[in-house]
Amino acid sequence: MTGAVIQALFSHWRRHKLQLATLLIGIALATGLWSAVQAINAEARASYQRASDQLALGLYDELRDPSGTIPIARYVTLRRAGWQVAAVLEGPLRLNGRTVQVMGVDMVAYPALPAVTQIEQSETPPDPADMLTAPGHLLTSPELAEVLKALDGLPPILQSNAVPPDLILTDIGVAETLLEKPGRISRLLVLPEQPRGIPRLSDIAPELERVEASSRLDAAQLTDSFHLNLTAFGLLSFAVGLFIVHGTVGLAFAQRRAMIRTLRALGVSMRRLVWMIMAELTLLALIGGLLGLVLGFLLAGALLPDVAATLRGLYGAPVDGQMTLQPQWVLAGLAMAFAGTLLASGQALFRLSRMPLLTGAGLQSWRGAENGHRTTGLIGLILIAGGFVVGYAFEGLIAGFAMVGGILTGAALILPYLLSLALSAFQRSASRPVAQWVWADMQAQLPGLSLALMALLLALAANIGVGTMVSSFRLTFTGWLDQRLTSELYVTAADNRQGQQIAQWLDPQADAVLPIRSIELAHKTGPLFLYGIVDHQTYRDHWPIIASSDGVWDRLHAGKAVLINEQLARRSDLWPGDALTLKEGHTLTIAGVYSDYGNPTGQAIVSMPQLDRIAPGADTRRFGIRLDPERATEMAQALRDQFDLPRQAVVQQAAMKAQSLAIFEKTFVVTSALNVLTLGVAGFAILTSLLTLWTQRLPQIAPVWALGLTRAQLARLELLRSVLLAALTAVLALPLGLVLAWALLAVINVQAFGWRLPMYLFPLDWAYLFALTLLAAFVAAALPALRLLRLPPADLLRVFANER
Amino acid sequence: MLLTIDRVQKSYPGGRPVLRDVSLTLDQGQTLALTGESGSGKSTLLNLAAALDSFDGGEITLSGTALSPLDDAGRATLRRQCVSLVFQQFNLIPSLTVAQNLTFHARLAGREDADWTGQLAERLGLSDLLTRFPESLSGGQQQRVAIGRAMAARPKLLLADEPTGNLDETASATVLDLMLALVADTGAALLLVTHSQSIAGRLDRHAHLAGGHIA
Amino acid sequence: MNVKIWLYILFLLLPSALRAQGYGGLGGSAEGFDIPQPGYQFEFPRDHGPHPGFRIEWWYLTANLTGEDGRDYGIQWTLFRSALKPLEAEGWQSPQLWMGHAAVTTPETHYFAERLSRGGIGQAGVTAAPFEAWVDEWHMRGADPSSVALSASGAEFAYDLTLTAQGPLVFHGDAGYSVKSSDGQASYYYSQPFYTVEGVLHLPDRDVAVTGQGWLDREWSSQPLAADQSGWDWFSLSFDDGDKLMAFRLRGGRGDFTAATWISPDGTTTPLPDGSVSFTPLDTARVADRDVPVQWHVTLPDQNLDVEVSAITPSAWMGTRFEYWEGPVTVSGSHQGRGYLEMTGY
Repeated sequence: MTGAVIQALFSHWRRHKLQLATLLIGIALATGLWSAVQAINAEARASYQRASDQLALGLYDELRDPSGTIPIARYVTLRRAGWQVAAVLEGPLRLNGRTVQVMGVDMVAYPALPAVTQIEQSETPPDPADMLTAPGHLLTSPELAEVLKALDGLPPILQSNAVPPDLILTDIGVAETLLEKPGRISRLLVLPEQPRGIPRLSDIAPELERVEASSRLDAAQLTDSFHLNLTAFGLLSFAVGLFIVHGTVGLAFAQRRAMIRTLRALGVSMRRLVWMIMAELTLLALIGGLLGLVLGFLLAGALLPDVAATLRGLYGAPVDGQMTLQPQWVLAGLAMAFAGTLLASGQALFRLSRMPLLTGAGLQSWRGAENGHRTTGLIGLILIAGGFVVGYAFEGLIAGFAMVGGILTGAALILPYLLSLALSAFQRSASRPVAQWVWADMQAQLPGLSLALMALLLALAANIGVGTMVSSFRLTFTGWLDQRLTSELYVTAADNRQGQQIAQWLDPQADAVLPIRSIELAHKTGPLFLYGIVDHQTYRDHWPIIASSDGVWDRLHAGKAVLINEQLARRSDLWPGDALTLKEGHTLTIAGVYSDYGNPTGQAIVSMPQLDRIAPGADTRRFGIRLDPERATEMAQALRDQFDLPRQAVVQQAAMKAQSLAIFEKTFVVTSALNVLTLGVAGFAILTSLLTLWTQRLPQIAPVWALGLTRAQLARLELLRSVLLAALTAVLALPLGLVLAWALLAVINVQAFGWRLPMYLFPLDWAYLFALTLLAAFVAAALPALRLLRLPPADLLRVFANER
Repeated sequence: MLLTIDRVQKSYPGGRPVLRDVSLTLDQGQTLALTGESGSGKSTLLNLAAALDSFDGGEITLSGTALSPLDDAGRATLRRQCVSLVFQQFNLIPSLTVAQNLTFHARLAGREDADWTGQLAERLGLSDLLTRFPESLSGGQQQRVAIGRAMAARPKLLLADEPTGNLDETASATVLDLMLALVADTGAALLLVTHSQSIAGRLDRHAHLAGGHIA
Repeated sequence: MNVKIWLYILFLLLPSALRAQGYGGLGGSAEGFDIPQPGYQFEFPRDHGPHPGFRIEWWYLTANLTGEDGRDYGIQWTLFRSALKPLEAEGWQSPQLWMGHAAVTTPETHYFAERLSRGGIGQAGVTAAPFEAWVDEWHMRGADPSSVALSASGAEFAYDLTLTAQGPLVFHGDAGYSVKSSDGQASYYYSQPFYTVEGVLHLPDRDVAVTGQGWLDREWSSQPLAADQSGWDWFSLSFDDGDKLMAFRLRGGRGDFTAATWISPDGTTTPLPDGSVSFTPLDTARVADRDVPVQWHVTLPDQNLDVEVSAITPSAWMGTRFEYWEGPVTVSGSHQGRGYLEMTGY
């Protein structure tokens, strides 16, 4: 019997191949987009983990000097007191327009690194003497090795897969030369085995701070919010894909009612049927899910390089641009395919199981859907309200996303009701019979299309919301760059002495020479960079202060106050008037808060004398130079010539801005790509809905055709209907998108990055998106319209005569 | 002559001939019953006369217009202006109310006449149903609306294909009576396809279709 | 986990290196490095200090001690210098690598620790006058080597000892030119075998005051082993009658090479050529997954010596980056006494 039932069930798909394809594509799209995002996340996280393992990060406590680097003498003092520590010197190195991280470890004392082991066990291990003595060797990933090989003047390069991307691993003796930091140490690893009776740190090196391995912010934590963002997007795409599945399954079940009734009349129990249909759906989910995984893998592979670039640029997190198949997202993807398919089919299956044996096989009535609209609309309102309540009542990124999720879902549920109201109004105002019919007919089509339109609404709102956020961000960021990068030239000296010489040399030639000095402190929210500034009108005029108390600058320069960046302010809830302890014995009042986009860490500004009190001996190697912009290029060259500075040591403001903006643009490449894809899926949802509605369309169209409309007219009206519905949805999506943008700017961004952005409106973008939507709707309706145009009259006539 | 069917030939897709050589005429104000076995092609002939489908040979002239040279749009215009149709089922536009359905054809043809529509609704017993939608009506009610819509356009020719085929006996009689009375009052011609001899007997003329010919 | 990298850097125990170059990479070529020459005139205090032109050098101190509890103890304090290039440089650029080994051996347990450093930054090194040899907090220092303070510590042990020389330095081989193979490989080699020692051992569960005798070996070379030599067995024995014996056997593919020095209580030395001393393993112990001879029959007919040498603590394995056995022994037979035994290449 089972065999016969299976044959009967599958005969449906043989006859409706397009429907089957649609269903599989729906599952595949939903799974694919979701898996792509998951794969990207998994890959990035795996990269962090790999980097941690490869560099033995996060395993050991560390010693740091809050006011800067550690001299070798300090290291020797600790060693000679018995402290088992290993020295690391690290820093960025600009090579040919690319910034790579150099990590120099004392190869003699540092724990074994996988890369070194790998090279040691290679066919041709290098002579250890060459490794430890000049010029030394650089260990890099094969990809970076290719880039570096083209450059002159670098030590020989050894390739190892066990080195994170964009990182040069080498002996500390090589690193101090590369980074031009002779005799300096960035941090000391406290090795696990310490001898008996070593003295206390405070007795031998009081200026050093011990940082627990667990308390350091690592890449995985820093980028959490970025990944949560991606996940939210993946979930949205998944939901949009499920709309397709829901629509298709619903139709397939409706069409199979007659068959199911017959099967039941022949003695197949409902229970058995439900189980077999479940099995059938599971099989379809498996096929669609596997297709989706392939799709997701390809998509992730295409997107990953940009994500990797973003993560490296924004957080300095080491991520490979290479995709690998990882079981966790493969399994998660399949599970999502199953869960999604069952979720999307649940309603149809439930209805089927409740279907009395003897009801008619006719299509479901659509009238009375208005009541249903009202009920779902009410649920939608509740969801929106709930979203806002959650957003306001709870802190944190999850609450923020819950709020956005509530608003979006709620709005989607209200959509059919609003559309129905609008169509009724249009119908009432229509005078010509065809117009009246078109509006009425759209109303009739609404239940079948509403899911696809909801998907469209979500996709559009996401587009508007995210687009507005990105554009607002860009505008704010550009303006902020103008404020922050006020000096025409930025110069970095090799050491303090050269710094002093440069300052003296520049003094008579420039309008102002503003030293930029900073040290790294530790705050409970993470690393805190403290900058010292001199009193100059430039700061008073341009610094992007967003909250301040009276006489900010005077109090700052009087050594009484500190300015902090927005990230620190929001994370620690510190605002003007509050006190901030920078270091033991150095507590200052906060006089103002300034915006500091793109910086994941906290920052504070004090007057230069204050900086010297807090951290005597901080480097004075960087200067901002104010001068006539027209002289900037000439002066940059003069500086390089005079002090024999490398190219990258003198940077012009314009170049710096361009570089910052380039990083910014990269950051949102993935977001935009996902946006476009989501819109594409929504367009596909419309197409599938129209195709599945096709058989129901004939009884609607045939009488009108018989009464004297041509098929060409009817086909045009089909297109118009689809475009009109999309247009109406787009109009409703605009306010929703703006609410979303507000939520992203004022809630999500604050939680994720620590800054709140002003919102700007971009009507041109909306117009573009609107046109794109109409185009999508047009394309989606084109196939059904074409079918209608080519429909033989006999097919239309059959409506009037055949028992259906 | 209002309708002239002259040696018309029509084959189904696939080549099986339905109408081999059919000729028939219908004058203004005349009523003609067309009978025949299932599959004899009587509905096909009616559809050809209504300019709903094209034929393979011969000619049909409707109100002085030859149909074979017409394209899709021309046939649509002719349907709109000259003929009204009542089918066995699915006559009505499901998304429109009874009132909207009633006036739809007349408005398409540009001949809306509120008084006349009102009279029709009254005579057909539809006055209480005007705001309802087709799906909530009984079969007899639906067919009465279909007849009302057909007559509201004041057609020269009413084409009806088994208009009572889906109805029980009582409803069937009511619908037929109303239709014949309205046809008589308006002076329209009627071509009615039926398999019922008793219905055929109530019309002026009777033609029987068999083997692709008028017997 | 540290093992690998250090091995890599020092080329010390790569299996290939072992096969090709003899134990611990000591058998490699000496390109650019100085080579010991016969007739070298030692000059002090200069020669107490390092010789960066030579590839390998050590300050190797062992001591047989008796605790206030009457039990036997042993300690080891060693500083190795290994040069990647025959020169010295400032800071991290220095090619001089230093390695410290320290151990305390009780009758039951062997504790050891290891320290690594590179020269140039001051973390490890040796100065001749005043004399100091150090790595991290470990040190051996005094005005000169005749009287030094000695200290080392590990996670489980530590010791603080003072050593006082009761006799002169003694020079092995041909006035300090010690031949190591029939091919002529040699090293500069002198000792201070006359230390008296006192101080405290810090053990995990107790501190023990100890007294005893110490023996310092100073040796440097660039190529002390022949290519076929895979390890050695080295004895420093102090007999109850005041005589002392340094004897070693280098095990080679072409046969063993032995050498020894008989040291009278006044410091007079009698160098004994290849073949004078015979070494026969009597029993082995299973240590660190290998069989190590811990009981020996040693004979030196010239001095009527026929003794059995037994390890006090057979488990005295130095599980350091290059591994070897090093521990106190007792002597019985024709002579009674104590001493130290070092065995490599097992």
